[in-house]
Formats: sequence, structure tokens, C-alpha cells
Amino acid sequence: MKLELRGITKKFGDFTANDSIDLVVEPGTVHALLGENGAGKSTLMNVLFGLYDADGGDILLDDEPTVFAGPGDAMAAGIGMVHQHFMLVPVFTVAESVMLGHEEVTGPAKLLDLGAARAKVKEISDRFGFHIDPDAVIEDLSVGAQQRVEIIKALSRDAEVLILDEPTAVLTPQETDELLEIIGQLRDTGTAVVLITHKLREVKAIADQITVIRRGKVVGTAEPTASQEELASLMVGRDVSMTVSKEPAQPGEPMLVVDGLSVVDPATSLKHLDRVSFEVRAGEILAVAGVQGNGQTELAEAILGIVPSAEGAVTLDGRRLTGSSIREALDAGIGFVPEDRTEDGVVADFTITNNLILDLYDKAPYSKAGAIDTAFAAKNAEEQVERFDVRTTSTQALAGSLSGGNQQKVVLARELARDLKLLIASQPTRGLDVGSIEFVHKRIIEERDNGAAVLIVSSELDEVYALADRIAVMYHGRIVDIVPPDTDRDTLGLMMAGAHEEEAA
Amino acid sequence: MSATAVTEAPQQPQTPSRAKQVLREILESSTLVVIMAVVASLIIGAILIVIADEDVRTASAYFFSRPGDTLSAMWDAIWGAYTAMFQGAIYNTRADTFAAAIKPFTQTLTMATPLIFAGLGLGIGFRAGLFNIGAQGQIIIGATLGGWVGFAWDLPGFTHLLVAVIGCALGGAIWGFIPGFLKARTGAHEVIVTIMLNYVALNLLSYLLSLEAFQREGQNNPISPTVAENAQYPLLLGSQFPLHWGFVLAIACAFGVWWLMERSTLGFEFRAVGANPRAARTAGMSVAKGTILVMVIAGALAGLAGSAQVLGTEKNLTLDIAGSIGFDAITVALLGRSRPLGTVLAAILFGGLKASGPSLQVLAGLPVDIVFVIQATIVLFIAAPPLVRSIFRLPAPAHEKEVAA
Amino acid sequence: MSATTVDTATPDAAASGDVLKTKSWKGPIGLGVVALISLLIFGFGTPSGSDTTFVVATSSDFVHLPTLTLPSKIAAIVLSVIALALAGYSAYLANQYRKPGLWLPIVYGMAVMGALLSWAGAGRDNTSIQITGLLTSSLFLAVPLIFGALAGTLCERSGIVNIAIEGQLLAGAFFAALMASMVGNAYVGLIAAPLAGALVGAVLAIFATKYWVNQIVVGVVLNMLVIGLTSFFFSTVMSDNPDLNRSLGLAALPIPLLSSIPIIGPVLFDQNLLVYTMYVVVIVFQIMLFKSRWGLRVRAVGEHPKAADTVGIKVNRTRVRNTILGGAIAGLGGAFFTVASGLAFGKEMTAGKGYIALAAMILGRWSPRGALAAALLFGFADALRVQLGIIGSDIPSQFLAMFPYLATIFAVAGLVGHSRPPAAEGIPYKK
Repeated sequence: MKLELRGITKKFGDFTANDSIDLVVEPGTVHALLGENGAGKSTLMNVLFGLYDADGGDILLDDEPTVFAGPGDAMAAGIGMVHQHFMLVPVFTVAESVMLGHEEVTGPAKLLDLGAARAKVKEISDRFGFHIDPDAVIEDLSVGAQQRVEIIKALSRDAEVLILDEPTAVLTPQETDELLEIIGQLRDTGTAVVLITHKLREVKAIADQITVIRRGKVVGTAEPTASQEELASLMVGRDVSMTVSKEPAQPGEPMLVVDGLSVVDPATSLKHLDRVSFEVRAGEILAVAGVQGNGQTELAEAILGIVPSAEGAVTLDGRRLTGSSIREALDAGIGFVPEDRTEDGVVADFTITNNLILDLYDKAPYSKAGAIDTAFAAKNAEEQVERFDVRTTSTQALAGSLSGGNQQKVVLARELARDLKLLIASQPTRGLDVGSIEFVHKRIIEERDNGAAVLIVSSELDEVYALADRIAVMYHGRIVDIVPPDTDRDTLGLMMAGAHEEEAA
Repeated sequence: MSATAVTEAPQQPQTPSRAKQVLREILESSTLVVIMAVVASLIIGAILIVIADEDVRTASAYFFSRPGDTLSAMWDAIWGAYTAMFQGAIYNTRADTFAAAIKPFTQTLTMATPLIFAGLGLGIGFRAGLFNIGAQGQIIIGATLGGWVGFAWDLPGFTHLLVAVIGCALGGAIWGFIPGFLKARTGAHEVIVTIMLNYVALNLLSYLLSLEAFQREGQNNPISPTVAENAQYPLLLGSQFPLHWGFVLAIACAFGVWWLMERSTLGFEFRAVGANPRAARTAGMSVAKGTILVMVIAGALAGLAGSAQVLGTEKNLTLDIAGSIGFDAITVALLGRSRPLGTVLAAILFGGLKASGPSLQVLAGLPVDIVFVIQATIVLFIAAPPLVRSIFRLPAPAHEKEVAA
Repeated sequence: MSATTVDTATPDAAASGDVLKTKSWKGPIGLGVVALISLLIFGFGTPSGSDTTFVVATSSDFVHLPTLTLPSKIAAIVLSVIALALAGYSAYLANQYRKPGLWLPIVYGMAVMGALLSWAGAGRDNTSIQITGLLTSSLFLAVPLIFGALAGTLCERSGIVNIAIEGQLLAGAFFAALMASMVGNAYVGLIAAPLAGALVGAVLAIFATKYWVNQIVVGVVLNMLVIGLTSFFFSTVMSDNPDLNRSLGLAALPIPLLSSIPIIGPVLFDQNLLVYTMYVVVIVFQIMLFKSRWGLRVRAVGEHPKAADTVGIKVNRTRVRNTILGGAIAGLGGAFFTVASGLAFGKEMTAGKGYIALAAMILGRWSPRGALAAALLFGFADALRVQLGIIGSDIPSQFLAMFPYLATIFAVAGLVGHSRPPAAEGIPYKK
């Protein structure tokens, strides 16, 4: 089935997420929709899938104009979508998940025909070699397996157009290759595939056509033969130099020493972190690379004490932190930029002023005798907003009203306001625009140059290369190896899939 | 999003339509919605009054021959009821002396006192993200402990009152600690635990009142001895008026809560934990400590509401010691938007509704239950501003009644 | 890049680390502690040489079972030991990562209750434990709890927290009495009651889905509103016109043959239409919720509304419908207080039963079957309170009255079992 979008426009308030976007996807092809985070790719696909009402434009299927009142209509018309955040009910079985919304019933009482659903899952699973048990419960499956369930869901409704929204964000390179293979199989059976991504390698590997979106507009189309550099500059709108200029590191004494640290999930007894040991010296940046979900998040959180460690020790500047509270760890000189800034970094309903004192409020001079010095807090806010270039109308604005980049600046301003021995930043630039990325990177390097040890967790290799003085690669809760920053991309990729350096090289 | 109201030219008039929206938001958030909600609720009250009125029903039997009779009967019923409420809650126009005339208002403030205490406590909880439905149980336990100190102990002078008041606060605090602790340690949802603890408290009191230690001599009913004179709140304005020093303590608590929530570092923690517990935790705050402390403080304040009952107005323990204060306080905190000033004002409003009960009964022959209806509808309307607005777009009949009210 | 495949582990294991199942000891420990207490107090605390008389027969039975007189102490000890053994068995299962079936808590409960009864009835020559009467009143007292818990289950499974069960019961009780009195037929009450409950449910649904008001707030306030309204009309219109509030009762409809089976006959099959309706409603919703298309969709909406939305299920419509349906069922349960008990309406006559129903819903883990079991347990505790009061036991009735509340607190605190509410409950769905 041929899919065509003409002049799709979608606004959220004053913000135009999609500005008159055109797109044609032929059956039996893979069309990559390339763009940075926040460029408007997902919005466009949600419009196509009937989740959002467009403010303008038409959707045509096989040249017939179509209107979708909801996802039900879109699916009935043969459009399937694998969402970035999986749309699976955790407590359902695979068969239940797949049948949801188009259940077959049987018998006089019209009860669910689970047998038919199981058979369907099995049939599709076998056809593509998915190895999915129809009776497995979703929450027990790995993310890769859950994604395959999503694909089965779409295929079970005979989707002729399949949209995949950032499907590889949570996959290992190996799983990614498997997925690309599956996409190839689907194309060969005549499915029109829309692949939403910001990863150039995947685009080049599988796409037949490429449309690049920037700030809600189509900025160009490209052939898969285009070079990565060409695609990248199209995507970000200028020649990209992901590397911020930085002086070579002047490492001092070991500041953070992590020795045999393990973290166990209390609910599932899964080992998120398995006897991890490393050290970060004062004045250097250690970047932890790895595919999301291999224990990096837990590593950062365990050092601060957000998640309890099951064994091992964390020492900061000679002082043992294991077993101490988050407050004690912060007071010992750790600055923490959490991975999920809206959930963990800022309080959306608090003003910028209050967010800037979120972990300083009970320290002099921000407070005295148990009361917050509101005048000082206000003055502090004015200064920090100025210094970190937070774009806002007022320091009394709610943090929730800020863009992601400005929220991140608020978090960074707050954390850097203290004298730090160690800065931990998880995915510090996720979802930020290029300008903010540069700003954040510069500040992080500044902190290093001031003599702090810096631990960066990032799943973006570009960021790892931009910042790292040394790179630690994590896989399955372990550190595979720690390598110098000039290690090449393929080697790192293989290490991220679990290979040791010598095997990978 | 912007152009729904204007159909002809969706693009250009964005500015006026946005200005209109801003204006509307101001109206929504301001006290206007509160006033309109009160008015709408009084209208609903008026409808109930009309339905319940014998004369209206008699007159409506011949409505089509003499509709005026029905209408005037309706008017009489509504006017009668609401003047009775005014007389009972604010100013008694038929009293001989000024003192007697304003006695109803002091009664209102007396009724408002426990609502202020408990409402303040619940407000702290709401702002800290805790839904404490357990004020009722906290009041009961607070009143039980403080009341027991009041009638079973013998302490000299002012200390007796002091210890009894502390007993009330302590009892409430203990009863607040349990759900706070369970939430912090096991994640047990405070709504469920507090609801259940309300009934546990009531049964506990019922059991205690069956014991000799709590029984009034020569009584078989579950009623305790009278609280010692020493342990009672002294009257504030002399023996003519029911208002006691508990009211002053309640106002003092309102100031204290304001300072706690708006100025203190502890209140900053409470608010942060309520608004985003994960961010609060990452910033080094202890969510568990916050949860427990909030529940303990809320419980202590509810316990003080119990003191207003057992050491102020009732002076002994019965199964009805908490009345419906625990639930009324929820509406008080909601109407007062969990802010101290709002809570005090809302408590006075609802205290007035309660105080008007006897007068409503005597003068208008209406049961006090109507004030529950008015109270509940006010809160429902406040919770849904769009609903209030859509109601007031209704034409004539609503406005006529508005005048009548 | 695919040349050197390093790790051969399937992606399923990629989550990291080894999967270890957890052993949950809370349940067995809880059971064991209670059984031990039972053994100490009821077993060894019963004076030797006394007897407890259990009356199990009623006059209408097919077969007349003899009155059962047991030596109290031995009976209490034996029953406590059985309970202890069951606790041990559940520990054995826990050690093997298995969970006991539903039969275990039931048999366990019966054993402990039996021990308690032996103890309570020991040495009382002229009084006896009326087993059939006890069970009949257990079931009867459980009826509004079952309807209420079922209502809560239906709402919460779709993601709407229903604290307003109390109000729905009360509205049902009121309207059943009113309409039955007006028409002069108690059965009319069974039609009127669900309408009133549905109305309360509809208000809850609108506030929750259209205005996104906190559902707990709406529930609490609705309870106040219904109490206020019904009390107001009770004291005005109804007291002015006694014809509008008469004591009309549903007749018991013994089912031929079945009702003559000893013990369970009179308990289960000599009831009125509301009780029979309850059987049907529980069975139907147990099947519907877990085996039907409707149930699958409802559960999806309550667990992950966005996922439901993306497959074309109307989230808010589902929630509104379920909340109204739940309200109707709670309303029907309200008929218990008036027409099914042969009573006129009285002020606040539901007396907190709606909150016990909420407790039964939680203890029953959001399933109709579980709600039934929990409600029966609570009904039994209530009936026992009455019976022990009659035989003049030493147990303060207040402690038995506390039982449902304490049990629920223990349940939500995870001290007994593990309660996991629908993931999206209480969260408004906004696109």
C-alpha cells in the first residue's frame, strides 16, 4: 500500500511541531524519517496513526484521501505502528497483547478465543524466527522480545504500512542488526516501512529513501548513497563538529574509587550491576558507554546511593560512601545530573528559583535557623539564570514551563553551584538542541578543568567521544573494559555487545 | 487549540482570543469561582428546600389554576430557610441585645475551630502529596487520649489543660504516624490505611467506653466522666458566648502552618516531596522522613481538633465525639486550597453552615442535613471550574434564584 | 559489525544478570503466627472437660443431622494444629516458589474459626453454636459487601478509583425503599436501586474523566453528598409522608430440593431474589472480566490506557461505562439494607459498609471471586460478633468489628499476601 502525506501541520499551542510536511512511501520500500530528537518525527507519525488531530494537511492511502478519527481507524486501514515506548500491558500475556483491540471470540458465550490468538502469534513468530512464547507474560520479556511482540501485533492486523519509532534506542548492536534484517524481510513481502530514527548508520544500512526533518519541517530528501556527513549536516542544519575543543586532561589523584560494586533489583533479584570496579581521577572525564539498560543508570544511581548496593564499596576522595544516604553523598561533594531530568531533576510545579535551591535549601547562606532566606534565593536565581543562559521570562516561572534544554541548564546550574569533587551526569544532553548540547558539554569540561572528577553516562557514542578522556564500556551489568578515547567506533560497538577489546579489535 | 471559538478567521484574531482565555483563566483561578460555586450550591439547596416544603407541594397541586401561589410558597420557603441560616450563623436580628445578636457568629467561630485545626493538617498532607482521609480517626484518638487526661488525671491549674491538649495532639500524632510509617516502609496507600484506621479508632473508643475506667458513674451509655474544669479551654468572651480559647490556638496554628509551609526548610521538603518525590529524593531529601513527619503533624493537628471538641464544646467523650468533622475538614482543606488563610476562611464558612443547624430546624423546620448537601456541592463545584461556568451560562431561572439566595 | 558474534545469549536474557525468583515468606509466617496464637489461646486456653455444642440442623432438612457435642479443648487443639500444618505446607510451597491454591486459606480460615468457636462455646450448657444460623447470617451480611466490592472491582479495573461505594449503597437503599413504597411492591426496589447507584457512578465518572478531578476527592465528597441528600429527604419528604418509606421485604424463595440439603441448603438456597442475583452477578463478572473481549479491554484500560488507545479502544468511554455499571451494581447491593431486609429506609443506614466493601475489593485482589471470598470472611466476622454476643462470650465485640479493617491494613502493607492494584488507577487519561 502506498502512503502519502500532504502538507501535514500540527501545532501545540504556539509551537508548530509539524509544518506542512510532505512524505511519500511506496510499498515494498523502507523510508527513513531522519531527524534530531525533538524535530517532530514522532508527532508526525502520531498524526498519521490517528493519535493526534492534524491542524492541516491530508493523508492518502493508495491515492485515496483518508481521515482517521483514532488509532482504530488507522489500523483498520492497514497501518501498524511500533511505538518508541512500547504499548504493551505488562501483566498481559503475549497472546492477550496481540489480540487486544481485535479479539476473536468463540463459543455461544462469545468468550475470547485465546487458542486462535496463540496460533496467530506462533505463526508470525515462526515465519520471522522471533522465538516468542504466546503465553509468556510481557513484563517477564526483555525489551528486544517486547519489541518483537509489538511487530507481531502490527503484523497480526495485516499492516501494509509499518511505522517503527526509534526502534533501536533500546537494542544492542546485535539486536539492532537482527531488527534491520526483519525490516528487510518485511520490505521484501511488500510492506511499506517507515523507519523513524536519528541514527545514521541504520539509515544507510536499510533505507531506500530518506526524508530529513528539522524543527518540524522537511529540509531535504536524500539517497542512501549519501555520506554520513552529508546526512548529519542536513539533520542538524550546519556542519557538525560534535567535538567541543578541550585541553588534554591533567589527571590527579584517584577521586572516585568503585570497588566490586553490585546492585540487585529487590523485586526480581536481577543483578543490574555485577561486581563493577574502576576509578576516576581528579581532572579527568570517564565516560561510560553502552546500550541503554546494561547497568549504566544503576551505576550512577548506586554511587549516589539512590539504589542500594548489594556488595562492594564506593570511596570518594578517601572517604567511604557505601551505606551513606543520598544527602551525605551530596554533601561529600558529588554533583548529580540525573538521566531523566523531568522526573528526577526538576520539580515541574516549583519555580526556577526553588528548583535552583532544591539540594541547597537547608544550607547556609540559602537558609538560616530552619527558614529559607527567600531574598537570597531570589538573588541566587537571577545570577544563575544569567550565568547559565536559561531562557525564561522570569525566575518565578515554573520549571515545567521550560524547554528540555533550559531545564537541563537549571539542573546543571544547581549542581555546579557547590564545590564538587565528583560530577556524575547521566545522558546529559538527551533531547537537547545542538546549541544547548554545546553549552552543556563546555560546562562539563570546565568542571573537569577545575579539578573535579567527572563521570558521564551516555548511550550516544558521539557524546562519549566528545567528552571522554577514558571510555568504560558496560554490558550486562559489567564493565567490559576501559579504553582510550581514540578507540574506533566499530570496536566500541562490539564491546557494547559484550566482546572484550582484544576480541573486538 | 487557539481557533476553536472563532470560526470565520482562524488565524488573525489570535491575540484577542488569547486575551480572552487569559481573562477566563483569571476568573477561574480567582475567588470568583469560589463565590460562584457557593452561589450554585445555595441554589441547589434552594431546590431541595422547595421540594421538601409542605406548602409548596400543597400549592403546586393547583399550580395551573393559581401558579402565583406556588411561586410565592417557593419564595417563602427559600427566604425562610436562608434567613434562618443567617440568623443562626451570623447575626440574630430578632435578639434584644447586641450580645445576643452576635452570639450566632461566635457559635460559628466555635464550630469552625476544630475544622480549622483538622483542615490545616489535611492541607499540609495534600500539599505533600498525601491523601489523608483519616482525620476522623485521628480526632477520635486525640480526643480519647486528651479527654482521658482531662477527666482521669488531677493536675493543678493551667498545667492540666496544657497536658490534656498535648495528650490530644499526641493521640492524633500516633494515629497519623501509623499510615505515614506504613506508607514510608511498605508503600501501603495512605488512603486505604487511613480509611480503615478511622473505623479501628471508632471501635477502639467504643471498647474503651465499655470499660470502667472510661465510664461515667451511674451511666450505662457509652459516655465518659466530664473533663475537669481545669482541663477545659477557658471561654474567650465570657460566659455569654460559647467561643473558647481553642479558637485562638487554632489561629495560632494557622500562622504556624503558614510559616512551616512557606518559609521553613522542612516545609520546602514537604512541598518538594509532594510535587515530585523522585526529584526530591535525588536532591537528597528523605521521602520517608517527609511522609512520616507530614502524617504526624497532620495527625497532631487533627488531634487538636479533637481537643476543641472534648476540652471545648463537648467536655466528655462519646462515640459521636468527632461528629463528621474529619470528613468536613477534607472539604474545608479542599475549599481552602490547602493554604492556611483559605482553610481558616473555609472553616468559618462551613462552621457557619453547621452553626445554622438548630436555627434552621426551629425556624424553618428543615433538617441540618441540608448543610451537608450544600457543603458537598460547593466542593464538587470548586473542583471543576468549567462546570461552574457552564452552569452560569444557563439563562433566567438560575439567576432568579441567585437573587433569591 | 556482525562478523564476530560474541555473546550467544538470547535477547531474553539481555536484561542483565541472572534471573532469580523470589521466595515470599510473609504469607506462611503470617499464617503460622495466627495458628500459634489460636493454639495458645483457643487450644490451651480452653478449660479441660468442657464441651461445646454445635447445632448444624434445621427443621426443614432432608436428613436430620444430630447435634454435635465435642470436647472443647481437644477440638480447639486439633483444629489449631490443622491450621499450623497448613501454614507449614504453605511454607513448603513457598520454598519451592509455588503458591497455594484458594482452598488453603479457606480451609485454614475454617479451622481457626472452628477453634475459636470451640473456645467461645466451651462449658456453656444451655447455649450452643448455631452453625447453620451462623453461616446463613454470614452470607446475608456479606451481600452488600459483595455487591460493593464487585462495584469497586469493575471501576478500578478500568482505572477509576471508586471511594463512593458507600454513597452508591446508600443511594440504592434509599431509592429502593422509596420506589418500592410508592408502587407497593418490594421487587420494584430491585429495579430502582441500581438506577440510583448508577447515577452516583455517573457523577463520579464525569468528574473523573471530563474534569480530571482527583477521584478520591470526588468519591469522598459524593459520599457526603449522598448522606446529606438521603438524610434530608428522609427527615422531610419521607417523614411527612410515611407512605413513601414503608417496610417492604422480599420473600425468601427456597429452591426445591436444593434448599433441603443439610447445612448448605438453608444457607445457600433458601434466600431471596437479591441473594440469587448476587450469585449470578459474581459468576458472570468473574468470567466476563477475565475471559471476554470486554474484560480484556477493560483491564487494558486500567493497566495501560495509552496502549489501549493505540489499538483503538476508547479509554474514557470504557471508564465512564464501567463506573456507571459499577455504580449500578453497588446500588443494587444497597437494596439489601431496605427491601431485602424488609426494613424502611433509615438515616445513614449503610453505616460504613461501603468502606468495608472497598476493603473486600483490596483483599480480594480486584477479582470478583476474591471479592466474594473476602466479603464472606467479613460477613462471617460480623455474624460471629452477633452470635458471640448472644452466647455472652468474653471477646469484646469491638475487636471482631475491627477485624475487616485490620485485615485490610495488613493486606495493603504487604504483611499478608501481595496486593497489586491496576497500574493506571486514579490517573486521569489525557491525550
